[in-house]
Amino acid sequence: MTAAREMPIASNGDVVLVRQYVRGVAVEMGLSLVDQTKVVTAASELARNALVYAGGGAVRVETVENGRRRGVRLTFSDEGPGIPDVDRAMTDGWSSGTGLGLGLSGSRRLVDEFDLESAPGKGTVVTVTKWGR
Amino acid sequence: MSVDLPAGRRRIEQLLADHQDQLIKRWAQTAKASADELTEIYEALRSAIAGDDRDLTDVRGLLAELSRSRARRGFTPSDTARAVFGLKEAVYELVETDATPDTMRGFIWFSLLMDDLGLFTFETFATAREKIIIEQTEQLLELSTPVVAIWEGILAVPLVGTLDSARTQVVMEKLLQALVDTGAEHAVIDITGVPAVDTQVAQHLLKTIVAARLMGAECVISGIRPQIAHSIVTLGIEFGDIVTKATLADALAHALRRSGVLTTERKATRIAIRAEDA
Ligand SMILES: Nc1ncnc2c1ncn2[C@@H]1O[C@H](COP(=O)(O)OP(=O)(O)OP(=O)(O)O)[C@@H](O)[C@H]1O
Ligand SMILES: [Mg+2]
Repeated sequence: MTAAREMPIASNGDVVLVRQYVRGVAVEMGLSLVDQTKVVTAASELARNALVYAGGGAVRVETVENGRRRGVRLTFSDEGPGIPDVDRAMTDGWSSGTGLGLGLSGSRRLVDEFDLESAPGKGTVVTVTKWGR
Repeated sequence: MSVDLPAGRRRIEQLLADHQDQLIKRWAQTAKASADELTEIYEALRSAIAGDDRDLTDVRGLLAELSRSRARRGFTPSDTARAVFGLKEAVYELVETDATPDTMRGFIWFSLLMDDLGLFTFETFATAREKIIIEQTEQLLELSTPVVAIWEGILAVPLVGTLDSARTQVVMEKLLQALVDTGAEHAVIDITGVPAVDTQVAQHLLKTIVAARLMGAECVISGIRPQIAHSIVTLGIEFGDIVTKATLADALAHALRRSGVLTTERKATRIAIRAEDA
């Protein structure tokens, strides 16, 4: 099984690399094409949020197993300003900038498990898991 | 350098003046550069050394030029720095035959000066390479995203590969420009070759389509594959009243009908495909 990998998110180029790597791991874990694309899309959203709102961060990509099921888990962390009102940030269509405001809420729907922890002034950690069928 | 070494320095100045042709010839052999190019640098160096303020601006300027042209021609940075060190070697061969303490001291001074200049070329070379790489990346972006006229008045943009925001923006700007240049009233954006569409890419697409509308042109998106459709819907992105078609051919037919080229409705032989795991 692929070892966990920590990847930096410091530029748009890094976001692309993260996406490509996540795709590779999802394929290896036997996720369907639809599920691969979903987790890759979520990775794209969360990596870009870390880049845009926190000026960068990192992601840990690891594989997970639960009985016969295998999946991929992504932990995005940054040391940015944090999210003062998480409920509002998770609302469809809410953006503090000019985005569509669908990145966080949409990602939650794209994956099987979603966990967001944010402390104002300290940073944000988002952990998502997508399981194979 | 802290200590000034007038006598030694003068010896080197003298050597450089007396043996100019011989030194440049030797230098050109090790530096693999043309004698003309080197003569210019050599003379700038001589007058810099002779001047009281030892102003190296001209020498640096010429060396930067040398670095840049070499970076373009694919030389390595070491090759380029070595070209500068080559003069040191040539001078050393002369100094060897006249190894007085003054000359040796002068040579050490000269040698440090050349080391500095060598490092300077190394740095300018690196900067030049970076610039070239950035330029090439931009050119690649341009090349990899063609806007083609597939019919009179109908443009197509086949997007292939990972869409990062920079690339999407380049393509979309190119499309809008092409609409202006050609006066086309229809455009098809085909995303068959795109592995994932996130909110940012979707937003670029939407903005472009709205901008195109303001310019009097209609865009159709084609080639949304099942897995992409799933992700778009799950994310919650709405394409509103934007026309989407399964294939580029369908989109072309749509545009042809809209522009009045095709008048007959095609037989509706639609096959419903369930967007299950592809
Ligand atoms: N890592 C983060 N650090 C700080 N704030 C964040 C972070 N991620 C999201 N936010 C805040 O949450 C809001 C909602 O994020 P979300 O990704 O849903 O929408 P968006 O980024 O504004 O637009 P888009 O639909 O393009 O993603 C953001 O506008 C931002 O204010
Ligand atoms: Mg976002």
